[in-house]
Amino acid sequence: MEGLQTASPETEWAVEAHGLVKVFGKHRAVDGVDLAIRKGTVYGFLGPNGAGKTTTIRMLATLLKPDGGTARIFGHDLSREADDIRNRISLTGQYASIDEDLTGIENLILMARLMGYSRREAKGRADELLRAFGLEDAAKRQVKNYSGGMRRRIDIAASIVVTPDLLFLDEPTTGLDPRSRNQVWAIIRTLVRAGTTVLLTTQYLEEADQLADRIAVIHDGKIIAEGSSAELKASVGSGTFHVELANADDRDRAAAILEKRLAMAVFSAGDPSALTAQVEDPSLAAEALGELARERIAVSDFSFGRPSLDEVFLTLTGQSVSPDAHTEEES
Amino acid sequence: MTDVIERRETDNPDARLHAAVASGNRPARPNAAASTAAFATRALLRIKHVPEQMFDVTVFPIIFLLMFTYLFGGAIAGSTADYLQFLLPGILVMTVAQITIYTGIDLNNDIRKGIFDRFRTLPIWLPSALVGALLVDVIRYTIASAIMIALGFALGFRPEGGAMGLFSAVLLILVFAFSFSWIWTVFGLIVRSEKTLMMISFMVLMPLTFVSNVFVAPETLPSWLQGFVEINPISLLATAVRGLMHGTATAGDVLWVLIVSVVMTAIFAPITLYLYRNKN
Ligand SMILES: Nc1ncnc2c1ncn2[C@@H]1O[C@H](COP(=O)(O)OP(=O)(O)O)[C@@H](O)[C@H]1O
Ligand SMILES: [Mg+2]
Repeated sequence: MEGLQTASPETEWAVEAHGLVKVFGKHRAVDGVDLAIRKGTVYGFLGPNGAGKTTTIRMLATLLKPDGGTARIFGHDLSREADDIRNRISLTGQYASIDEDLTGIENLILMARLMGYSRREAKGRADELLRAFGLEDAAKRQVKNYSGGMRRRIDIAASIVVTPDLLFLDEPTTGLDPRSRNQVWAIIRTLVRAGTTVLLTTQYLEEADQLADRIAVIHDGKIIAEGSSAELKASVGSGTFHVELANADDRDRAAAILEKRLAMAVFSAGDPSALTAQVEDPSLAAEALGELARERIAVSDFSFGRPSLDEVFLTLTGQSVSPDAHTEEES
Repeated sequence: MTDVIERRETDNPDARLHAAVASGNRPARPNAAASTAAFATRALLRIKHVPEQMFDVTVFPIIFLLMFTYLFGGAIAGSTADYLQFLLPGILVMTVAQITIYTGIDLNNDIRKGIFDRFRTLPIWLPSALVGALLVDVIRYTIASAIMIALGFALGFRPEGGAMGLFSAVLLILVFAFSFSWIWTVFGLIVRSEKTLMMISFMVLMPLTFVSNVFVAPETLPSWLQGFVEINPISLLATAVRGLMHGTATAGDVLWVLIVSVVMTAIFAPITLYLYRNKN
């Protein structure tokens, strides 16, 4: 644990940001983002492609100058104390940020040397990390021959050669199979147990739910909801009831029936024969289905489950995530 | 594959992971020399793993030298052996000038692949990433020069300046190439794709190398071209290198090359470092 003692008790916050703005041309990629991330926690940054997640992270990691707003990392001012901040943070970018032509062990030794390890210590540290990440058999292979999951792991290993106080992980599991995703989750949990603060971005609600103590939902460069996973779910509804009608002409009638039965707003997005509602109690959804049957409205499919990111967005913004599927009237 | 590893290991993988994470103590940050050496090692490892990149440094100059000697030797100088005495120093200059663009291309690839971001979040002396790579590029230039000169000897190249002349000529080429590389690092940081970078370098290098005194003495050119040839840095270098190899160089010849090198570095190195630091 000695590696983490650098965290002097100057402040309880790992990240405090106020009104961060980044403009590309005319496009406000990040448009007034406030963040407060408590030390030792995992903070989830949830949003669809193009929401501004990467841009925000790059600003906080000293890679991009904000066009507005201020931020402090462990109390150090982002614009004036970049070097102090770089001593405490590490970044695993959205795309592999290692040298793919080099082998796994060569990459880790390079990072260790750049961190100030001696040649011998660097080799020892690289070996230790490769073993811990289950990559020792691949140590002498070029990273370009690694699988997606192995690449992610070597990338994260390169970020924690020196255990950072704050680790930025940009979409660490996008495109990974479930097994590799679980390995990455285990690594993140271990880091947090050792005292590292983690800011991770994701497009998956489930991932934020599994890992993050607090979650910010970002959309079009703005944070549209913030809170613990429980708080967010309460605001969205704990379950999503989805009905697919056999006949699109029945939709208005079906929406009226469901709305009455569930006492909740019913949404219809994109697909003209689909209806979606947030429902706390699965038995209420079952009753509503019975009601539809009695009214002779044929249902071709239905589901009850966690809200998807799409549905969180639907509820929070009244807008669908995918630009072509726009919301219609809230019948 | 990981399954196998996990079963073979006796200790608990979770404990191993935890131990590895908990033991990442931060040493004192490396000094400029250490981080430069680390980046130089990376560049050397890249040569080891991607030996194709040495193709341009070896095969390309050999083809060029053979082609020009036998294609034009008879026509331009009357005899291939005579032409070789004139041509080899020039071809050597041209070859090294052309391979300097790889410095920019490598940097450009790093930026697009994201490893550049990782380096920039490290608390190190930032120029070391560039200087380390440039130092290894100097090794590439040396290899290219050695190959050309060896081949030249086999074809009948007989420099009158002796070993000392050859040595100082190559040294001067290396100084020039190091300075010239900073131009490509600037473009490497600005340009979005490798293709564009290749195109720009082609547009810069074609006139610089061909409208020079590398292939022909400028007296044979129309007067409006002679003006450009005379101030062309590649001509200045070719003149100095030719002079050093044949023992006829004046202090002025060498001084001009050194001045051009200092000026190029003074202009383009700071621009490179500024862009490197502030790249979005
Ligand atoms: N360097 C850049 N130049 C211009 N536009 C950019 C640049 N980087 C990002 N953007 C734009 O800013 C928006 C946010 O991008 P990004 O932060 O990468 O989103 P996310 O990571 O959430 O997918 C997008 O619309 C993207 O096209
Ligand atoms: Mg992104």
